[in-house]
Parts: sequence; structure tokens; C-alpha cells
Amino acid sequence: MRWDFASVFDNTDALLVGAAGTLRIFAICLVLGLSLGLLVGLGRYSRNRWLHIPATVFVEFFRNTPVLVQILWFYFALPILLPFQISPLAAASLGISLNSAAFSAEIYRGGIQSIETGQWDGARALGMRWGQAMRRIILPQALKRMLPALTNRAIEIFKMSTLASAVAYVELLQQGKLIASLNYNPIEAYTAVAVIFFVFLWPLVQFSYFLERRLRRDE
Amino acid sequence: MTILKVTGLTKRFGTTDVLRGIDLEVARGERIAILGASGSGKSTLLRCLNFMERPGGGTIALDGQVLGREGKSGERTYRENELIQVRQRVGMVFQQFNLFPHMTAIGNVMEGLRTVRGMPKPEAEARARKELARVGLAEKAETYPAHLSGGQKQRVAIARALAMDPEMLLFDEPTSALDPELVGEVLAVILALAEEGRTMMLVTHELGFAYHVATRIIFLADGAIHEQGSPDEVLKNPKKERTRAFLASHKQFSF
Repeated sequence: MRWDFASVFDNTDALLVGAAGTLRIFAICLVLGLSLGLLVGLGRYSRNRWLHIPATVFVEFFRNTPVLVQILWFYFALPILLPFQISPLAAASLGISLNSAAFSAEIYRGGIQSIETGQWDGARALGMRWGQAMRRIILPQALKRMLPALTNRAIEIFKMSTLASAVAYVELLQQGKLIASLNYNPIEAYTAVAVIFFVFLWPLVQFSYFLERRLRRDE
Repeated sequence: MTILKVTGLTKRFGTTDVLRGIDLEVARGERIAILGASGSGKSTLLRCLNFMERPGGGTIALDGQVLGREGKSGERTYRENELIQVRQRVGMVFQQFNLFPHMTAIGNVMEGLRTVRGMPKPEAEARARKELARVGLAEKAETYPAHLSGGQKQRVAIARALAMDPEMLLFDEPTSALDPELVGEVLAVILALAEEGRTMMLVTHELGFAYHVATRIIFLADGAIHEQGSPDEVLKNPKKERTRAFLASHKQFSF
């Protein structure tokens, strides 16, 4: 066979639109997923069962069902139960964010638990409240330990964004499919999509290495 | 004048009674050294006094004010705000220092002033520098704990406690985690604080230091005060058999 990227280059505009769509859903899910994950993780860490039990149910539910099924469910089933339509972006964002929240909650919980109790003692002996100790003393140290795991989550979120194509949200894979069907050249179209993903993700990973090095300056 | 009054203090971990009814009155300016074998409840007693551990039974009064209130089941309940006030008035220094590793020495000393007191940064920084200078570490202000020796870490921890202007200081085995050659510098700082007339309670194994610095010695055994008195009384002429045995085992290899 012969590689022919002509139709890919002819449709650069479509790929740019797709890339913008991917970045948009990535940003939404990264912020929603990781911040909701922190709340759920604090609930999992809590000894108060009114916080612990709902957080545990949430984590188990979203960890043990496929994201793709969640996205499809939010898109097709939710509007039947609730009196409003839901956009492809909203459905996909919900599915990916909630799933990421469940996984990152366990990262946060583990990170917080890994901090020695002496740090709590030191903070409390100064007269800090629980929230002050968590924000000033515990979380900054825990985040440093969690950074590699959270970076993996971010990469996972970026790649999960392709699942939004299942509800016809315009992102890179969706546009790749479109280009592939124009001249029936799936190899070139999907290769282009893969390359674009790599170009986005590789610097992201390098940036996280840089962050890890910076955070280690107190050692 | 009494600053702290403890009545019938008990504490139980699981099925073990760690403290079995401690009665103790601390006057302002007193320096009390608490001695006892491991497991006698020394650290637990100290940790109950600033509520790092919740007392099981009994009452603690600070400056004449009994803390907490009687709950329905007879157990005392304590409000978070109340305990936060107490901890600011009763400072604590730990065996393992418990410095915050992600902050520099001065960051550690400023932290309570900034976060708990809400003091503006320039003011907190000036105060922290003063406290670091007091423990002889002015030039280590920008150093992270990982680059400090054990003795320096403990001195930063003392400066951190002092910055909050506590009316009373609790030292929980402040030199037990240190290499022998670093013990002296920490004891010198504590001695200087004693000479200022500060109220302090000190759990320690350094009998010689306790003899020199304390105004009263308390010997704890099985979660109760077994013997107490002046350093001369308890350390030189102990009346009780267990106190004698404890002192003998600590002086076994002295020469």
C-alpha cells in the first residue's frame, strides 16, 4: 500500500476543530474530576460515617462500571428520567469527570493517609483547626507524593476524551473518523490522530517531571 | 498562683488503663520533670494536658477555668474552639520534632502566627527571626528541616512553640531522639527558658538535667503519681522502693 496523507492535510481545519474540542473536554474533566476527587477522597478519609459511606458507594460505583457505558447512560437514559435534554459535551464530561473523581479519590485518600501522624500533632499543637492543618500541612506534603499518580490520571483523562465520540461530540477521534470516511483512508487518518495526541501529551508529562523536581527542593 | 489544676485524670487505651487518677497542681513559674519507666503514662499525661489526647475522666482547669462540660453519659465533652485556645496557651515540643518538612526553619516558626493568629507576614517574619535568634539559629532561617541536624531541628521546634507566646511549655522527651553529642545544645536552650522563669513540664530520661532544671520531680508508675517532691527529695533520698529501683537502673553505669 501507499501512504497518502493528502486528505489529512486537506482537512487540517477539521482536525483543528477536533483538537479544540478535545482540549475543551479535557480541561473540564481535569478540573471537575480532580477537585471532586479531592472532596470524595476527604470523605473516604473521614471517620464520620455520614461522609465515609456515601463516598465509598460513589467510588465503588464509578470504579466498577465502564466509562463508555456511563457516557451512553447519561446521554440516552438521563433525559428520560429528567425533564431536560443533555448535550454530548455534558454527557461525556459527566461520565469522564465522575469516573476520574472515583479513581483520584483513592489517590488522595492514600496520599493523605501516608503522612505521619506527627505532622497532625505538630499542626494541632500550634492551635490549628482540622481544615487549617489539612490545607497548610497535610495536603501540600501529600500532593507531592501523589503527583506521579495524579499525572497518570490526567493522561488517562486526556485519552478518555476520545470516548466522547460515542455520543458524537466533536473531538479529535470524531474528526478522524470523519476524515477516514471521506476517502476511505483510515490508516492515515487514525495515524494523524495518534500523532496529535502524542504531541499534546508528551509535553504534559515533561511538565509533571519538572514539577516533581521543583517540589523536591526541600529534600 | 495556680495555672493548671488536674483532678482525677484517667485515660484508657482499649482495655489498658494508662492513667489511673492523676491529681496535679502546677503553679506559675514551676518547672516539673516527670520521670518513670516506659509505659508508666508519662507521655500520655503530658499529651492530655494540651488535649492531643482526650482525657478519659477527671477534669483539667486552666487559670481556674474548668475545661469542657459534663455530657449526658457523665463523660466530659470539649468544644473544638476551647481546645484550640488551650493549645495556643500551652505549647508543646515533641520527641520527633514534628517540623513541617515542606517549610523552611523560619516558615515553620511563622506558621502558627500566620495561620492560627492571622498575623501579617512582615510582623510574623520579624517575630520568627527573633525566636530563631533566641535558640541560636538565626543563620539557618532559610534552611529546610532536611538539612538541619537533630539538635537544630529540635531548637527550631522550640522556637516554633515559643512564637505563640505560650503561658506554659510541655516537653515530651525532647532529647530522646537525638545523638548524644547533640543533646547538650537542646538542654542549654531549655535551661535558658527555665532561667527566664517560664512554666514548664518536661518528660525526660536525663536525670542530671532534671535535677538541675526542675523545681519539682514527679515519679510516675502504673499511671499514677508514685512519689513527688523537690529534686533533692526524690532523686537523692527517694522514699519509695520503686523510685529507688528506677533511679538505680538509670545510674547503673555511671562513674
